[in-house]
Amino acid sequence: MSKSLKKVLVSLLVGATVLTLAGCGSSGTTTSTSKEAISGEINGGGSTSVQKIIDAAGSEFTALNPEAKFTYSGTGSSDGIKGATAGTYSFGCASRELKTEEKGSLTELIFAYDGIAIVVNPANTVTNLTKEQIGKIYMGEITNWSEVGGADAPIVVVSREDGSGTRSAVEELVGFAEKLKADATIKEGNGNVQTTVAGNANAVGYVSLTFVDKTVKAVDVNSVKASVDNVKNKSYAISRPFLAMYDKSKVDDATLAFLDFLMSTEGQAIVEEHGGIAV
Amino acid sequence: MQAIKRKKQKETIIEGFFLICAFVAVISVLAITVFVFYNGLKPFVSNSYPLWDFLTGVEWRPGSNMYGIFYMIVGSIFATFGAILIGVPVAILTAVYISEMAGSRVGKMIRFAVELLAGIPSVLYGVFGLGIIVPYVLKISPMAQGESLLATIMVLAIMILPTVVSISETSISAVPKEYREGSYALGASKIQTIFKVVLPAGRSGIMTGVILGIGRAIGETMAVMLVCGNPIAGIPTSLFDQIRPLTTNIALEMGYASGVHQELLYSTGVVLFIFIMIINLAVNKLVKAKVGS
Repeated sequence: MSKSLKKVLVSLLVGATVLTLAGCGSSGTTTSTSKEAISGEINGGGSTSVQKIIDAAGSEFTALNPEAKFTYSGTGSSDGIKGATAGTYSFGCASRELKTEEKGSLTELIFAYDGIAIVVNPANTVTNLTKEQIGKIYMGEITNWSEVGGADAPIVVVSREDGSGTRSAVEELVGFAEKLKADATIKEGNGNVQTTVAGNANAVGYVSLTFVDKTVKAVDVNSVKASVDNVKNKSYAISRPFLAMYDKSKVDDATLAFLDFLMSTEGQAIVEEHGGIAV
Repeated sequence: MQAIKRKKQKETIIEGFFLICAFVAVISVLAITVFVFYNGLKPFVSNSYPLWDFLTGVEWRPGSNMYGIFYMIVGSIFATFGAILIGVPVAILTAVYISEMAGSRVGKMIRFAVELLAGIPSVLYGVFGLGIIVPYVLKISPMAQGESLLATIMVLAIMILPTVVSISETSISAVPKEYREGSYALGASKIQTIFKVVLPAGRSGIMTGVILGIGRAIGETMAVMLVCGNPIAGIPTSLFDQIRPLTTNIALEMGYASGVHQELLYSTGVVLFIFIMIINLAVNKLVKAKVGS
């Protein structure tokens, strides 16, 4: 509600500014010094994981530039790369690194990172898990902490609801997509997962890196500490970049203006608001 | 003459205003019904998912195109039944105590507490359940987690108390004084009078309270979501098993769902709606029976 209100306010402000500028123009100064209004159609597409961020940034952008039209279709990273190469999308998005054969003539822009911490109860003695172990825990192949170097106690697997971006990121990066064990406890939202893990000595869960606090313990993954720095330097395994890419020879000004906006302080605030790590 | 006419005009205007107010509820219920049924029946009409698989399936994995809600229906019914089993006796005895036994000060205090209980937002019941009841259940549970059918039942049993207590109390207080006096005159004790005379006389009102309690229990979402575990499959076979009631299934996934997944969440709503309608019809029938007798 407040967001749409904000949008209305912003468009009103922009409208007022335009009117004022028009007023100035008619009163003699014919050379307009302000930058041209951004217009045109921006149609992006690709990764579904970035959709929330891009959609939010897009609607903010169009609120600021009422002349511009913005659409984004969540069709998957591979499709986003293909579309950007072929020019069917004015920009594409991917939530993984590009393969060398995909790079071609594309210009890449990392606009956010996504990092996910594997959390256990602070009482748990396990401090490190490999990606493979995490996958096996979530698929129900490892069911006791003693199998991964902890106490002899059953593992309580906590996961997120279907459709959650964090869940799909973990499933994809760890590799247990659609194989989650049937009796895993499902909690809605990062906060609830955290409370559950904090309240059960045998629980394991995952939350966005930005959510980890003192009530839970983030384990190292493949012996790398879960931290924003390790996500940015790509050493932490359960992380990924959010990329936007375009073909320099085909890109239009409106798209470039949008990507500039995405990288601006305001755009990066939107990234963080929707669960990403700002660059 | 003019004054009377003006008065009449005023009356009509006010009456019209009342009518508009009354229609707000009617239109709302119609709009919600049409909206939920339209969206919820779409996947079956367009054959994008078979109704039979939906109603009898025991796994909910949207990513693998498996949408079975049978285990949720069972979970909802078990949780509601359990809550009634624990909550109703407590509630009825509370109502009896307030209206038949307690002095006016104690009675007032208990009534105030019950009313306060009714005003607590349901998410707080959930937080309480997650913070207190779930860890307690974990201590006695053979399972490794405390989120369970039992925890859900306990939270719901507390939540239905205000509804059942207040309606039962009203109906017990409405039992004529002469009934009690007659009973005492025959030499019955106070307890005998309560169980043999007062409660049977207030029966239909108490039943209405119980059924409204069932409605509350089956429709509760926020509190339950935090304590039930929401597994993606499995019919509960013990009190310590996790359940995923129909309501939480909708609340959990509506935010992200699209396409068939979203439509089938509406379908879950349709099933829930049918449950609630059955309960309401039962209430209506009981109320009518009460008026008739």
